[in-house]
Amino acid sequence: MRYIEPHGHMVSRTTDDYEAMTLAGCRAVCEPAFWAGYDRSGPEGFYDYFCQLTDYEPKRAAKFGLPHFTWLCINPKESEDTTLAAEVISLIPKFLDRPNVLGIGEIGLNKNTRNELQVLEQHIDLAARHDQLILVHTPHLEDKFKGTRLILDALRADSRIKPERCIIDHVEEHTIQMVLDAGFWAGITLYPESKTTPPRAVDMFEVYGGQRVWLNSACDWGRSDPLAVPKTAIEMRRRGHSEETIDKLVFQNPIRFLGQNPRFTVR
Amino acid sequence: MTRQSILDLYFMDARSKLIDIAAFLDRVDRGEGEPDFRLAAFRKALEELQHNEPVRAKSVLMSLSDPTTEPIPKAPGKGAIGAWPGPETH
Repeated sequence: MRYIEPHGHMVSRTTDDYEAMTLAGCRAVCEPAFWAGYDRSGPEGFYDYFCQLTDYEPKRAAKFGLPHFTWLCINPKESEDTTLAAEVISLIPKFLDRPNVLGIGEIGLNKNTRNELQVLEQHIDLAARHDQLILVHTPHLEDKFKGTRLILDALRADSRIKPERCIIDHVEEHTIQMVLDAGFWAGITLYPESKTTPPRAVDMFEVYGGQRVWLNSACDWGRSDPLAVPKTAIEMRRRGHSEETIDKLVFQNPIRFLGQNPRFTVR
Repeated sequence: MTRQSILDLYFMDARSKLIDIAAFLDRVDRGEGEPDFRLAAFRKALEELQHNEPVRAKSVLMSLSDPTTEPIPKAPGKGAIGAWPGPETH
């Protein structure tokens, strides 16, 4: 089996996880910027984090033969402070020419507030001005449905944004249809408790198809599983899906989306 | 897949989760004090399982979701709790 982990917060994971992922067939890992579990005290903290994502973490992954890519932003959980957000967004262009940067992400909404929406629109503008791919985080649990609708409205309101260059992540059964109908890519995130389990992910693949869908573990500092994608591939085998079908979903589809950025050369 | 194959693959797992839900509700009943809105939301979501169309997962998720459309003025915190408490909290 070969697969790509298109969404993993590897700064929160151990070197053992890198080794296990490599042994399971991982060929590349992509790391969106996210919340550290606490609020950073200022823009300098984000500057250091962006250095970590673009310099140190690729070297750590390389020790296990894994190409490491990243996405940059201020996470929606810290977007309520619009002054801080503006300062952080102003830092991002300096990092966009780093060789492992794929785009702007994971942007989006958390509690669906006015300030979060304002910062989301600033990120969308940043991506459009710099012709960047976009990776979107949709809110958790009870906030997901409303937040997904607001996010799609914000993206569609900017005529410079091409849906095929945006992936809306963490879709579930009540949001995947609206994402695909609007022409965007959909990310299915595999978590032990929230988001989606492997059987539900395969259900969605069977019901909605896999044309513009990827799977990811979004492994981070919380309860999560860096091997969730290969475990879901095993779930597909149990249901009788062919190796070709599995390969398309867990390897070829991420390449189709990420390969829109010429820096992503994994094949 | 045939329905028989699906039962063969998933019945024991679903049975286990069904009993977990039953035990959870029993545990809540044995507890003391007044529950917050989540218990009522959970019971309401359970009703969605009675429908005969294969959209139960979507219906349960919708039952627990915020149905409003406007951004809220200020975040009440960072976390989500799994069920929508209603408009009065906004």
